[in-house]
Amino acid sequence: MQRTVFRNRWLPYLLVFPQVAVTLLFFFWPAFKSLQLSLYRVSAFGDSMTFVGLSNFTKLLSDPDYYRSVVNSFIFAGGVTVLSVTGSLVMAALATQKIRGLAAYRTFMLWPYGIAPPVAGIIFLFIFHPTYGILPYFLSYVTTYEFNWLLKGWVAMMLVIVATAWTHLGYNIAFYVAGLLAIPGSVLEAADVDGAGPLRRFGSIIFPLISPITFYLITLNMVFAFFESFGVIDAVTKGGPGDATMIMVYKLYKDGFIGLNLGSSGAQSVILMALVIGLTMLQFRYAEKKVTYR
Amino acid sequence: MPRLTTTMRSAAWLCALLVVLAVTPGSALAKTEIQFWHAMTGQLGDATNELVKQFNDSQSEYEVKPLRKGTYPETLTAAIAAYRQKQAPHIVQVFEVGTQTMMLSGAVNPVYQLMKEQEIAVEWKDFIAPVVGYYSKDGNLYSMPFNSSTPILYYNKDAFQKAGLDPNKPPQTWKQVEDYSKKIIASGAAKCGFTTGWPSWTMVENMHAWHDQPFATKRNGFDGLDAQLLINKEFGVMHLSRLTAWQKDNIYSYGGRQGTADPKFVNGECAMHIQSSALIGGFTRGVKFAWGTGQLPFWGPPYTKATSIIGGATLWVMKGKPANENRGTAKFLKFISEPNQQMWWHVSTGYLAISNTAVKNLEAGYHFKKFPDQYTAFAQLTKGKATANSQGIRLGNFVQIRDVIEGEMENIFAGKKTAKQGLDDAVAKSNDILKEFAAANKQ
Repeated sequence: MQRTVFRNRWLPYLLVFPQVAVTLLFFFWPAFKSLQLSLYRVSAFGDSMTFVGLSNFTKLLSDPDYYRSVVNSFIFAGGVTVLSVTGSLVMAALATQKIRGLAAYRTFMLWPYGIAPPVAGIIFLFIFHPTYGILPYFLSYVTTYEFNWLLKGWVAMMLVIVATAWTHLGYNIAFYVAGLLAIPGSVLEAADVDGAGPLRRFGSIIFPLISPITFYLITLNMVFAFFESFGVIDAVTKGGPGDATMIMVYKLYKDGFIGLNLGSSGAQSVILMALVIGLTMLQFRYAEKKVTYR
Repeated sequence: MPRLTTTMRSAAWLCALLVVLAVTPGSALAKTEIQFWHAMTGQLGDATNELVKQFNDSQSEYEVKPLRKGTYPETLTAAIAAYRQKQAPHIVQVFEVGTQTMMLSGAVNPVYQLMKEQEIAVEWKDFIAPVVGYYSKDGNLYSMPFNSSTPILYYNKDAFQKAGLDPNKPPQTWKQVEDYSKKIIASGAAKCGFTTGWPSWTMVENMHAWHDQPFATKRNGFDGLDAQLLINKEFGVMHLSRLTAWQKDNIYSYGGRQGTADPKFVNGECAMHIQSSALIGGFTRGVKFAWGTGQLPFWGPPYTKATSIIGGATLWVMKGKPANENRGTAKFLKFISEPNQQMWWHVSTGYLAISNTAVKNLEAGYHFKKFPDQYTAFAQLTKGKATANSQGIRLGNFVQIRDVIEGEMENIFAGKKTAKQGLDDAVAKSNDILKEFAAANKQ
């Protein structure tokens, strides 16, 4: 490897400065602030701050509602990840076939990613809302099943999972298409000659070759589902019905910004952060071993 | 690196200069600006801007600048963040459930005190009692009522007619609601009997007040921070059990929180709807069938009828502003509380006029004769017997509590819990929230 030597001692620091500054300002500083908040009981207007040690944490850990939100988060993140990663792999595989109008299909497939999550949520509302949605309206003509996620918790959960997975589909497809196109044709032809069918080719050649992408996408979708799924939930269910779609990130928003309980909210964000860092580390440690990089 | 330092220093000076330039007022003759943050959208936002314009045009010293900051919770959060940065607006609109939080915040200048400081006389006695009571402490008004409403019953006159019911007689009791609904459904006039908006506000908070039942101990929280909820008693359990049972035959159909059930009424699916009186304006424009209003249904003996309680928002004055600016704030609040503005506000938005004089003038001007539906809410609030249970609810973190109650109502309606279990859980969770609030606001 070539070693680059800067003549000016300060230039390298100057060059990395923007990146470091952004990281410090927008990641470390808020993280530090949450950590600090989590140890205090703060009045709504922040005038009085009482140090309470770990009591915000112990309260959360003895609250069954909090555990429910953790369980909900795992169901939600798992659902979103599985659905958006497998869905995008299938669609990417279709989008790399030799068909007419390929460029147009690929462009359409990327579109959902360009839609902001709250907007996606609103779109889903207009389609699925039991009161004014178009789908339940048509359903009422063919079946007596009431598609009422305003009261049926698991239906609500399915709905936000599908909506969130949909918003992330385009992003995943872009990666998969790139990955699939990068597989050398010669390898696949060789398999063909050896008599491998399409499934065998996919299982033994394509899937292992794109496994780094799958790994990356699983990690990223997981983090995304844990942290950034806020918009869809807020637009569609607001955590309801009951607490059926109350995931950790929405609960901490609700407790912090609606309930003005900033101490508890801080503690929740610290736990969430630790959880996601832990999950990502686990994935790198165990899952990455099964990944073949070229 | 001496050269770099020089560059940086000049850059710093330049920045400082720009900042100074930016904050220097343009002209000494400029009017004193009063920042007013609110959460009114659509037609209500237009009316708010118009009201402000009326004030700005009425005098030359002050200019109130209205700014919409999002939803109620977002506006409150924005004001809190600004207060922490010492950039608070002069006036912020806060919804009724944030009252206790604002009162104990230490960040506000109570309206009665502001008026006293500025020696501006206000006829407090002229204000409608249930409105003032909700926002007063020890008989002193803390925030200026701005948009107040109360839940009433809306009914589809066409559907009533079709079902063979008198379209000019809305149901008065819950028994009638049940009977009428059955007739309406049987005749095919509508698919469901009734639905509700703001579930906790209409079906729990107001139902308790309307039937003179306590919502919480300590006179609904007015007498101290150590209040506890009482909604899991006989009345609350009975009412929610009935609602749940009615769901099976579509007599009642749950339509979600806030206003998401409105379409059920507007598109004719449900023949009756219990929602805020502030929707009269919107329904007048948006509903295609003939409709009318009635007072909230009543369960009858053994309960006695009190008044309903209000919802909506008030204007809070943030403290720490210079005296001349406070004077502008006070003048603006005085202006909007005048009978003329109150009448204008009521007629343009459907929110309640808050002074008795304004209501009397509206009566004298045959406003209520022309628009009898506009009178329902006033009758409900002022003609009943005002009791400790109907004066309002004063709880810390009420936003969260309302959320807890609505979550448990959904569990009950979904059949996951019985009414008793759900309400017990709501009370237990709410009491924890109240305890947390009391601890954070030890005085």
